[in-house]
Amino acid sequence: MTIAPTSSSTTSPSSRWARFRSSYLLYSFKRDWIAQVCFAVFVLLVAAAILAPWLASMNPYDLAQIRILDSELPPFWIDGSDPQYLLGTDAQGRDLLSTILYGARVSLIIGFGAVMLQALLGVTFGLLAGYLGGRVDAFLMRMADIQLSFSTLMVAIIVGAVIKATFGGAVYSEYAVFILVLIIGLAEWPQYARTVRASVLAERSKEYVDAARVMGFRAKRIMFRHILPNTLSPIFVISTVQIANAIISEAALSFLGLGMPETQPSLGSLIKSGFDYLQSGSWWITLIPGAVLIVLVLVINLLGDWLRDVMNPRLYKG
Amino acid sequence: MSKVRQQPQYPQESESAQAGDTLLQVRGLEKRFPLSGDFLEQLRFEGGKLKRRQAFVHAINGVDIDVKRGETLCVVGESGCGKSTVARMVMGLLHPTAGEIRYDDRRIDHLSARQLLPYRRRMQMIFQNPYASLNPRMSIQQTLEEPLRFHHPDWSRQQILDKIGEVMVSVGIDPEWGKRFGHEFSGGQRQRIAIARALAVEPEFIVADEPISALDVSIQAQVLNLLMDAQERHHLTYLFITHDLAVVEHFGTRVVVMYLGRVCEVAETRTLFDRPRHPYTQALMSAIPRLDDDGPAHIKLPGEVPTPVNLPSGCVFHGRCPHANDRCRHEIPQLIETQGSQVACHAIEEGRL
Amino acid sequence: MALLEVSNLDVRFALRQGDVKALRDVSFTLDRGERLGIVGESGAGKSVAAFTILNLIAKPGYIADGSIRFDGRELTTMKPRQLQQIRGNKVSMIFQDPMMTLNPVLTIGEQMIECLKAHRRIRRRDAREIALNKLHQVYIPSPERRLDQYPHELSGGMRQRIIIAIALLLDPDVIVADEPTTALDVTIQAEIMELLLELCEKHNVALILITHDLGVVSQVTQRMLVMYAGRVIEQGPTREIINDAEHPYTQGLINALPQMATPGQRLNQIPGSMPSLANTPPGCAFHPRCSFSVDANGERRRDCREVIPTFVRSGNCDVACHMVRELVERHSPEHDASDNGPSEKREAL
Repeated sequence: MTIAPTSSSTTSPSSRWARFRSSYLLYSFKRDWIAQVCFAVFVLLVAAAILAPWLASMNPYDLAQIRILDSELPPFWIDGSDPQYLLGTDAQGRDLLSTILYGARVSLIIGFGAVMLQALLGVTFGLLAGYLGGRVDAFLMRMADIQLSFSTLMVAIIVGAVIKATFGGAVYSEYAVFILVLIIGLAEWPQYARTVRASVLAERSKEYVDAARVMGFRAKRIMFRHILPNTLSPIFVISTVQIANAIISEAALSFLGLGMPETQPSLGSLIKSGFDYLQSGSWWITLIPGAVLIVLVLVINLLGDWLRDVMNPRLYKG
Repeated sequence: MSKVRQQPQYPQESESAQAGDTLLQVRGLEKRFPLSGDFLEQLRFEGGKLKRRQAFVHAINGVDIDVKRGETLCVVGESGCGKSTVARMVMGLLHPTAGEIRYDDRRIDHLSARQLLPYRRRMQMIFQNPYASLNPRMSIQQTLEEPLRFHHPDWSRQQILDKIGEVMVSVGIDPEWGKRFGHEFSGGQRQRIAIARALAVEPEFIVADEPISALDVSIQAQVLNLLMDAQERHHLTYLFITHDLAVVEHFGTRVVVMYLGRVCEVAETRTLFDRPRHPYTQALMSAIPRLDDDGPAHIKLPGEVPTPVNLPSGCVFHGRCPHANDRCRHEIPQLIETQGSQVACHAIEEGRL
Repeated sequence: MALLEVSNLDVRFALRQGDVKALRDVSFTLDRGERLGIVGESGAGKSVAAFTILNLIAKPGYIADGSIRFDGRELTTMKPRQLQQIRGNKVSMIFQDPMMTLNPVLTIGEQMIECLKAHRRIRRRDAREIALNKLHQVYIPSPERRLDQYPHELSGGMRQRIIIAIALLLDPDVIVADEPTTALDVTIQAEIMELLLELCEKHNVALILITHDLGVVSQVTQRMLVMYAGRVIEQGPTREIINDAEHPYTQGLINALPQMATPGQRLNQIPGSMPSLANTPPGCAFHPRCSFSVDANGERRRDCREVIPTFVRSGNCDVACHMVRELVERHSPEHDASDNGPSEKREAL
């Protein structure tokens, strides 16, 4: 079509902020209330998790603050609750609200950390495979295929079990966050590699890459300075999905007893710790952290969906 | 933007003094692209045995081209004739399967990227699609700055800025617009910027691959004029790839007509347009839609361009040529000199045409 | 009565920056069997015009004003169902990219038969017979075999022939062809254009040919419209416009062709580029690029800057230009305007 809303050359924003303000991203955000609500909830959860040490009434990691006598108190709207513990307490007598805040922090740290590792590996391999092609491409992509043919959980269970067996449970508990980041990060890099490779292949055939080659620029420079910035949109979009996935993976691992120890609970290990008491009537220990987990993952996924629609180049040509 | 453009002068003849010696020489160039994927996909079971089968697209099948210093050599042909592939091989974007490319009497087709570096400043390229040839994430300033920094690491910041300003003015882009991004410009302006990028490193030879075919008529004229201005000012040599014969007639010093990866005819522009010799050239010229009705009657070619996977034997044009005989079907015609043009046609050699 | 009568058509696109006027006050007529060319550069609105004729304009575009009468019936207010009847039966369209019309997973035969069965109550065998007949008409070698082939098995030129055959299937009154040969090579383009011309003449089908190629227009059409920034700026018999264009833009467009300059010399370029539809200059949209809009003192004429020019008749052409109006009015009533207006302007060039 000949009608393309090319930006007029008279009103050319120059600063980054001005460009953002006139961007399609902001425009469509303003028109999409689901995205706005999700974003607000997400920011709220992240802020609460980051500020946990200041918001929480007690530190669940600190054994001195825990009173075992106050265990399994129900949340405030149920008879027999203690106003000191808004959402009740868990089996060890920890304030559930504080524990959830700390738990969400751990879950988010692992989620973001694992995704950063995935992105680092995946983007590098994807760039190399897509730009260099040939044998490098074939080798890296077969590696990715092999990696993907194991499920994330299976890899994590095996690696986790091996580490636990070699170094002992104490060491595992101490470094659980790093180990989980490593496991989930290593297991899912092919998602990035594939996405990046696909868009590198598309970008590589464009003439600006030829122009850079004709200039004599080296492969590294072309890959990182010319091609990579143009593949950021899909990277951004899958990152949201991957963070949600990583948080779920972590929760699943913790639920299986291979994740965070109960002394530093994540949302997943909280759910697990309460699971044993579900039958005895203390449902809140499992269900409330579960609800938080679901909301967190849901808003991230919805934001990801929205982002994908916005950044889809077929719907929007800028 | 016209006010920035300097009024060109027309001393055409002064260049021809230095024309004559060959700047670029292409000999026996061939290029095939594998069609059948990697090794595993090439294996076939035939008669109980595992065999390796490879199919190729024969894009270029023995092309000789000489580009003389100071001239504009136009390569014309229809899509699939291999004209862009030749351009890309000359620029080292593709490696030839066979043959050699010599630049200024040195062979360049087998050089590594590092060895090619000194040539990158001397040879530059302009691309077809102005919407894809500028990096969308880089401002115009960055686009022009990067090659300069790369090739002149010793230059000061001011020197680089001055140079950028100079080339932007010379292509008719206001230097004030440097902070903007490619998508804020129209197609014609983008092509100007792409030309500025090529000119920034002060090349002597420019390969232009259909530089105006994606542009509107009135913009085509602007860009062609710009290319002619640049040629005069910097004594450039052009290898100009196009399918538009009207542009060739106006712009070219000499013309190479290609069909299915081979050269059919090479001649001075005037000679070619006054007297096209090769039957394909004649058909091509008769097909140009003209404003007036007195053009030559359209010569219809039977059939279609064959696929370059299974090349026809003999002359590649024989299947569509009204003058083909048995020899044409078996023997590959070589370029022969006749009446000022070089033609690869048995019929002309034998005097049948 | 004209077959197609478009009057005062305004088409807008509702974009986030506000409404963009894609067509402004476009009026033209098309007679039965007439071949009309619509010429303009990209962004001039010629494709929008084509889509609007069939009322095919899709969101965010809409018809803001004006009327389209086809065979005496108003299309702008017609119900989608009736429109569908007209689109298939009376008007057919040929696009630049044949794959826009052809479905890659159906054979040529299936597509042609489907098309016939959708619009007529017809037996499958008869439909196949008609399809075969149409393929013969577009000179496709071994048409029986083609019916069972898929679009991707055919070359570009062959596909465009199939498209023409499909366009002819229901014996339409008008074919709208939007840049039908732009994607093709010159030799194929010449063949397709010749074929289109021959078929239109033989079956008395009217043709609206949308293109940027003045050469093609001059060889195929009888009348042409020149569009600039969403408006028609000149219309009249093709020969007359090509040989002796009145509007400065049309002149510039023709003069910019390489054929019009001495080889080796600079081409006659029009400075600047077409304004985007979102911010068209006031007055005559062409005035910032127009050398005639500058008066003797080197200043832009006020009427060009402020007043949108209306059509003035000069010879057999209608031209929307203040300067042409002045010339015409100066020389009427005693002279025939068409003789003097253009020739005087020629000297000004």
